[in-house]
Amino acid sequence: ELMIPRNYDPALHPFEVPREYTRALNATKLERVFAKPFLSSLDGHRDGVNCMAKHPKSLSTVLSGACDGEVKIWNLTKRQCVRTIQAHEGFVRGMCARFCGTSFFTVGDDKTVKQWKMESPEYGEEEEPIHTILGKTVYTGIDHHWKEAVFATCGHQVDIWDEQRTSPMCSLTWGFDSISSVKFNPIETYLLGSCASDRNIVLYDMRKSTPLKKVILNMRTNTLCWNPMEAFVFTAANEDYNLYSFDMRFLESPMMVHMDHVSAVLDVDYSPTGKEFVSASFDKSIRIFPVDKGHSREVYHTKRMQHVITVKWTSDNKYILCGSDEMNIRLWKANASEKLGVLAPREKAAMNYNQKLKEKFQYHPKIRRIAQHRHLPKSIFCQIKEQRIMREARRRKELNRRKHSKPGSMPFVSERKKHIVAVVK
Amino acid sequence: MRSFGRPPVPCGLRWPGTPGHGRCRSGLSLWPSSVPGIALCRAPAWAGPGSVTVSAVCQGQEDGERRHQQLLEAVSSLSGRRRRKLAERTEASTQVSEFNVSCKGAGEKLVLSELLQPIRPKSALSTVKKELTKVKQKKAVELPLSKEEAERVVREAAYVRTSKDVGRWQQVVLQNRRAEQLVFPLKQEIATVVPLEQVVSAWKARTPLEQEIFGLLHKTKQPITDPLLTPEETASLQAMSLEEARQRRAELQKARVVQSYYEAKARREKKIKSKKYHRVLKKSKRRKALKEFELLHKSDPEAALAKLEELEQLRMQERMSLKHQNKGKWARSRAIMAKYDLEARKAMQEQLARNKELTQKVRVELPEEEPSDVPEEDLTSETVPTIPVGASGANPWMLGKPSGPAEELKVQEGLENVAVPDAVESKEEMEKDDDEEDMSEEEALLQDFMQKRQVRQQQARSLEEQGADETEAVPELPGDGPIHPISAEDQASVGIEQPPQAQEEILLSEQLGRVQTMDDVDALASEERVEEQEKLVVATAEKPVPARAEKRVQQQEEGRAGDKRAKKPAKKKIISLEAVLAGKPQQVQCPSLPVVVEEEEGGIDQRGVITEAFAGDDVVADFTREKRKAEEAAKPQPVNLVLPGWGEWGGTGLKPSARKIKRFLLKPPPAPPRKDQHLPHVIMSERRNIHAAAHQVSELPFPFERHQQFEQSIRTPVGATWNTQRAFQKLTTPRIITRSGHIIKPLSAEDVPDMATTAGTGAKPALEIVPQRPEPPLCRRRRRAR
Repeated sequence: ELMIPRNYDPALHPFEVPREYTRALNATKLERVFAKPFLSSLDGHRDGVNCMAKHPKSLSTVLSGACDGEVKIWNLTKRQCVRTIQAHEGFVRGMCARFCGTSFFTVGDDKTVKQWKMESPEYGEEEEPIHTILGKTVYTGIDHHWKEAVFATCGHQVDIWDEQRTSPMCSLTWGFDSISSVKFNPIETYLLGSCASDRNIVLYDMRKSTPLKKVILNMRTNTLCWNPMEAFVFTAANEDYNLYSFDMRFLESPMMVHMDHVSAVLDVDYSPTGKEFVSASFDKSIRIFPVDKGHSREVYHTKRMQHVITVKWTSDNKYILCGSDEMNIRLWKANASEKLGVLAPREKAAMNYNQKLKEKFQYHPKIRRIAQHRHLPKSIFCQIKEQRIMREARRRKELNRRKHSKPGSMPFVSERKKHIVAVVK
Repeated sequence: MRSFGRPPVPCGLRWPGTPGHGRCRSGLSLWPSSVPGIALCRAPAWAGPGSVTVSAVCQGQEDGERRHQQLLEAVSSLSGRRRRKLAERTEASTQVSEFNVSCKGAGEKLVLSELLQPIRPKSALSTVKKELTKVKQKKAVELPLSKEEAERVVREAAYVRTSKDVGRWQQVVLQNRRAEQLVFPLKQEIATVVPLEQVVSAWKARTPLEQEIFGLLHKTKQPITDPLLTPEETASLQAMSLEEARQRRAELQKARVVQSYYEAKARREKKIKSKKYHRVLKKSKRRKALKEFELLHKSDPEAALAKLEELEQLRMQERMSLKHQNKGKWARSRAIMAKYDLEARKAMQEQLARNKELTQKVRVELPEEEPSDVPEEDLTSETVPTIPVGASGANPWMLGKPSGPAEELKVQEGLENVAVPDAVESKEEMEKDDDEEDMSEEEALLQDFMQKRQVRQQQARSLEEQGADETEAVPELPGDGPIHPISAEDQASVGIEQPPQAQEEILLSEQLGRVQTMDDVDALASEERVEEQEKLVVATAEKPVPARAEKRVQQQEEGRAGDKRAKKPAKKKIISLEAVLAGKPQQVQCPSLPVVVEEEEGGIDQRGVITEAFAGDDVVADFTREKRKAEEAAKPQPVNLVLPGWGEWGGTGLKPSARKIKRFLLKPPPAPPRKDQHLPHVIMSERRNIHAAAHQVSELPFPFERHQQFEQSIRTPVGATWNTQRAFQKLTTPRIITRSGHIIKPLSAEDVPDMATTAGTGAKPALEIVPQRPEPPLCRRRRRAR
């Protein structure tokens, strides 16, 4: 290793700010140049991909269920389907892997819950589920407990099942509308969250087998996801194009409203670091939001990608998978311009330095302009514009109303509170 | 039962008012009572009219008796204390109560009033009464809660509890949000390898091919399910605990690290090219050896003697091999280089010094025979004749004898002071504290060279006439004699500043060495000639160069390497002290002079050319003009609102009146003083540059509260150009580090040390935060940045 003695006398290295500014500008440009997030597409399904599940122990394994009842297991390193099961008649509504990774569960339109082995059957064995539970109603979602042999399904009510039994341990109801999604809290594992068609989000406690609280929003919430690093935070993907991050202790108003999508948000998944999440939308795009920001930092789309129904962030925080209507699963980089593979130490140092520079000069208009530029398909672009106009019109109208009404009779309502209809105890 | 709590009523008063006492009425006449008004008639209230006499005759008699008894009792109760008399048994009866109750009225019905008799209204009954009233006041039991409401209560309680439980994570979450750096996965897992046995046992041959292979294997009796470890091995594995193994591993690791560290260090030190470093190292080694020797001398004279002998051996070897003389290939190459390269010269000196040192005869002396001053003379006279006294004083171990002479030193200093005070001064200026010993070595060398030179002078006189300095130097030297030490004065004058001369001497002295090949001679001779020529050139160039140029040359010389600058005047000192004292600027003789002169001339030409080319430009005047213009432009202009014609005669050529002008010409207030008014070479403009503004931040970004903060953050450079490597690394560490191929699991209590304990106990949450809302984490504040 060659050590060059250096003189750090500032007089010898003048113009540090302009020089670093130039470097930052170059780094930002390069970032945009190298931003090629799309890695590959996994095709093989014969109908739209309706749900996906991550393998808890293997990074290279991903499961997906389609609208024709077919379940596929993929090997991401080979980008191949390794196994196909005809699991249900009709949709595969939901699927989840057991925490140990030895088996997985699916629910479908045929009112059954099925448990499957993760390993492919031996030679000569039939492709059969380990267990099949025949229910009375259609199950629309399933999630497995993070530590115990317990899973929860939702449909007309939230059922909590012991794996060994064919009837639920307990059924939790509050209201009578169909529940679209149920999720276990990964940290405080006895907690559950669900969202139903009557626009509400309900939290449950498994220990007491009782619901806790209900929030009613303006529009229906499609699904929710708990933050894996912050026990009391969850994010709800709503029909009204927004996502809402709640602190479950203060449900009166969300912590943050994430808006950028131009159509219903269908799915959301947290990054394993808990700092960001990815959302899939009906507007044929997926977006990455920082948890503490109201707007997305990234939008991914391709010409061929249709309505994105399901999305997952892999457990190594590096990739994003999305399943869409047009039968494909797409693999994206979580960080669009990241170089994949092993980095040399100098490369790493340069990358870190560039990152810091970009952060340092991110507020400078020229740099921000480059860093924030994204190409959007025309449909989304026009819709964004249209919605901006609509929002502006609404704002103006409210302003005028306020101007012409008695002072104090039209209180200002913050954006966060606007979307909450009620909190029911 | 309203009459229950009622006191016994005096019959005389209340008789008619007490209904239901029909028995009394229908019965016998009232008993005459001795106490009027107290005669009581107690009849059961419930007796009612239906229970009227069954057998009137016999009852009459018995009744009479009973009443008598009652009367007695009533009378006795009047005395205050109630005495319960034991009933006497007056007649035999079939029914005998064991409770002392006479069975007189055994056949008859029980009357409540009698039962109530012992109850005292005042004392015991009051509590009962109270309770009774309470009971009466109480309403009917409420209906149970409706199902919804009950559920709601349960939910609320559960919610409070759950949010409390979840609130335990608050601190952890905040910590993670604020963390400078997070490394995921939070808990680093140690990869475990599944033993092969397990893998093998789970697997079975199923397909025909597999079975076939298995069959083959079985035929050849290959071990398939053999335990991979022998029993002894497993036992030993069990015996050695994981802790122990870890410890041992850590030890081994540490040992390896230390070893590699030392290796690396040795390699590094070996690689160091710095001559000075090696010199210092060698010196320290020598010093150490000397010290050790001294100790040895004191503790074990015999060993010391042995060591001395060893040294003698070394000396002999050196004398035989002449390894350190300037004969080797390396030495010759150095000799060529030495003329231009200071380093090479130094290296040669060192080698010669080494030779000198090795060939020096070590005087063997026993400590007890050693007086302080006598050996001094011996040494100087016999063993090391050429070593100067000053040097010996400064560096006694050079003599091969441990103790240093103090007296001699003093004397010498005195001499120095007397002889050449200014030389001493200059010496002090030049001297670096660490160089002392070095210098003495060099002096020793010098002496050596001088000696050699003298020999040479005798041999070849012709060489003496070459340089003025040398000719001047020589007459001083011969007086010292070849063997005796030179005078103190001379030493002082020579001082440290000798080396340059000495270097020249090295080149010369080589010629006087032993045997030389022809090539060597040729090479050296040619060098000599070159030098001579240069000197001649200098001598001739000295006069024609004007004084100014001379000065320049000197300045240029000063701009060169420091040591050279330091050494030049010293040389002069040897030549003529008067010149130094007079302080006249002396012509420095250096080979580069002619070149410099040429440059000088070229420079003049250049300047001429430039002035010629830009003859018409007067930059200063232009600038002042520009500044004046800027000042004018910055001055606020008066606003002219004068309209001709109004209230005056109109027409061409008419001017508005002075009064009008005075009134309608609005003078703005004078501008504040310009910032550059005292800076003649500067124009300061405070106008906003819109071209620059496009690149500037117009709004203070969120996390910053004042624009100074933001500016500071921008001003601090991050790059490696301005920061040390360590600082650079620290400044550029990413906030989140993830490792590819590692699964990041959700947070759990095990990841957080303080959470683990609270989660373990379960009951006590570490924090109770529920009621208080956390700070709104994500609100943006916007302010204008200047």
